[in-house]
Amino acid sequence: MSKAVKIKRGVDIKLVGEAEKVLVDAPRPKTVAIKPTDFEGIKPKVVVKPGNEVKAGTVLMYDKNHEAVKFTSPVSGEVVEVKRGEKRKLLEIIVLADQETKYEDFGAADPASLDAKQIKEKICASGLWPFIKQRPYDVIANPNDEPKSIFISAFDSAPLAPDNDFILHGEDKLFQKGVDALAKLTKGKIHLTVNGAAKADEVFLNAKNVVRHEVSGPHPAGNVGLHIHNFDPINTGETVWVVKPQDVLAIGRLFESGKFDARRIIALAGAQVKDPKYYRTILGASTKELFEQHTSSDNTRYISGSVLTGTKIDQEGYLGFYDYQLTAIPEGGEPQMFGWITPNPNKFSISRALPSWLQPGKKYNLTADKNGEERPFVVTEEYEKVFPFDIYPVQLLKAIMIEDIELMEELGVYEVAPEDFALCETVCTSKIPSQEIVRNGLNMLRKEMS
Amino acid sequence: MSNPIYKFLEEKVKPNFEEGGKLEKFYPAYDALETFMFVPGHTTPKVGSHIRDGIDMKRTMIMVVLAMIPALLFGIWNTGYQHFLALGETSTFWENVGYGALKVLPIVVVSYAAGLAVEFIFAIINKHQVNEGFLVSGMLIPLCLPVEIPLWMVAVATIFAVVIGKEVFGGTGMNILNVALTARAFLFFAYPTWMSGDKVWIGGGTDEAVAMADGSTGATLLAQATEKSSGFVNAAGAEYGNTFMDAFLGFIPGSIGETSVLAILIGAAILLITGIGSWKIMLSAVLGGYVMGLIFNAFAVNPFMEVPAHEHLVFGGFAFGVVFMATDPVTASQTGTGKYIYGFLIGLLAIMIRVFNPAYPEGVMLAILFMNVMAPLIDHYVIRTNVNRRKKRTAAVAA
Repeated sequence: MSKAVKIKRGVDIKLVGEAEKVLVDAPRPKTVAIKPTDFEGIKPKVVVKPGNEVKAGTVLMYDKNHEAVKFTSPVSGEVVEVKRGEKRKLLEIIVLADQETKYEDFGAADPASLDAKQIKEKICASGLWPFIKQRPYDVIANPNDEPKSIFISAFDSAPLAPDNDFILHGEDKLFQKGVDALAKLTKGKIHLTVNGAAKADEVFLNAKNVVRHEVSGPHPAGNVGLHIHNFDPINTGETVWVVKPQDVLAIGRLFESGKFDARRIIALAGAQVKDPKYYRTILGASTKELFEQHTSSDNTRYISGSVLTGTKIDQEGYLGFYDYQLTAIPEGGEPQMFGWITPNPNKFSISRALPSWLQPGKKYNLTADKNGEERPFVVTEEYEKVFPFDIYPVQLLKAIMIEDIELMEELGVYEVAPEDFALCETVCTSKIPSQEIVRNGLNMLRKEMS
Repeated sequence: MSNPIYKFLEEKVKPNFEEGGKLEKFYPAYDALETFMFVPGHTTPKVGSHIRDGIDMKRTMIMVVLAMIPALLFGIWNTGYQHFLALGETSTFWENVGYGALKVLPIVVVSYAAGLAVEFIFAIINKHQVNEGFLVSGMLIPLCLPVEIPLWMVAVATIFAVVIGKEVFGGTGMNILNVALTARAFLFFAYPTWMSGDKVWIGGGTDEAVAMADGSTGATLLAQATEKSSGFVNAAGAEYGNTFMDAFLGFIPGSIGETSVLAILIGAAILLITGIGSWKIMLSAVLGGYVMGLIFNAFAVNPFMEVPAHEHLVFGGFAFGVVFMATDPVTASQTGTGKYIYGFLIGLLAIMIRVFNPAYPEGVMLAILFMNVMAPLIDHYVIRTNVNRRKKRTAAVAA
């Protein structure tokens, strides 16, 4: 059953500032936050007020659409702020962390002895459910569904991405426990895809109860959407769930200890980072301490997540719910005289109109510059070079733009997530915001279909 | 930004064009000039890809313009060369260039001036940015016209092409027909006497006061091919030593930029190395043209059908059209498979029209325009196969 796939279309953008494989403890964050903006398509209902004492695992808010989907505090402490933005949009629920974490007890249990309903209840109650996302729509899975299969991508191929083989090394037992719990949630299989270009860690190679696949090639080789597309494609009406390896571990810990243990190992990387390496921290941790001590603050863009799909945050921001790295790159923003004709050897390009192609292997120090203005689609077969799906990307984007639902379905909209278009957006001559278009399209579609 | 010019623009000039300024209405014009001088320091938004490729539309378009420069330079020289040849005078390299420059550069200037004026007006009316697309069209138009074309016609055709061919559809990226070919087709049907015959291709050919030498002719090879398949003569009336080689190098009468296949191939190399021009279209178009030529050779019943297939590829505007016009990404097929079909049919039709209807010797123009219209249909069927594959998969699961 296991398959090996080699993709050709895609690109590895090599950046300076890759995290060295050294793992250290991050300074304990003073505050921790859950950011409702991390979760697409939920209607958050906050159940705590500033001043409330919470434990790790105490519910902070839930989704009004699915009340079982709860979001709990990653640490114990005092709720200090419920931050809202324009139109009272909920931005952050901030908890002042105790020195020692106190945990809610959800009860340790062996997943093998529980049925699907009990497992779901436990995961939901502890606030771990949002770790399980679904395709189509790339949103938190609906606990009432049963997916046709569950996918775990063991590796992340984005630039400066953390190395899961390094992070999960030695966690075989907990990972297996997480997998066993997930396996109860589907009649189908658990697909675990490892990087075919390197030897995966034992934690993945020894995992049981899974079908292992190999994918090799340039980014987006590690994107779970590509794995689904190749190994168990989503047809109209079908649902597949996806979980990230570190979150499988968190689920494993829940069943092992009965706690919501929100530990997370992240990579701190990027050209603005003085000593890029791996840190032990907590989900939703304040980034202030890490960024202040380890990055140059001179015109820096701070990103929670990768340079391709992450979110720009303040220096005093918080690690996103689905982010496993913090990245700091130069912001840029300088107008460039006759920048459309100068050779620009320090800019990356997949086009040979810049000298980038003459410098294979070069590591770039890229800024957050757009390098041009937004234009209508002109250049063709550009996205195809970095989009290894049997889908016409530009035509799909255009179908989304004109809100033609039937055409979107025909062209494969159910199989894609914004992250799958990240490289398209990156290389686009016309600087079209593909990820935003796909996000809006999926949101619109989900609304229409519900 | 420490650049003093940028500082000057931002502090002294820009306020006049911003809201409340005297020239507020003309902001798109200012914006076009500023972004021409300085790629704006826009950074990526909060969510999405934070790093971007160094390429942009301006660079892409400028690369195409650069690729046309060899054809332009050769065209300037050749205009002078053909002129003195027809007069029966000997001339130096610089005399050729000097005469050619005086003839050709005004056409280029008029084309750009008329086209950019329209672009700026539309940008101001519609309050959008001036797009770069015309940078390419503005150079393509002069290169595909005869040198004797009156300047006012260049202006009228350019305005027609930009307004009717592009702006009514929504500007660059939205047009169905290649803008430069729209201009050429407009002239071809509106002023046929200035677009064909044996006077317009030679500098001074339409001027009564310019005395041509005895026996000289300005007929293009395609015009001559209606009567014979070999023994073509040059502007002085003398037979070419090696027709293929002379046509390949470009020592023949024709539209300004189309004569030298060598110069066009240098441009093609630039387009292919940078990846901006589609090799799929170029290759399949050449194949299509060659195959059609071979078919005609096999069943030849008149002199034109006897013209060797390989000579067809270097005659007339075939090479120019295939390299610079068929590859226009906006009007060509957009799918990989579609590009092969699109290119092949352009090649095939170009030679077919040229041979079967000598009234329209410039078959490549009509072939490309026709395939511009057909390109969405080709793409439709290519994409349907993809859609059907997905539907079949769904059906297989449901069953």
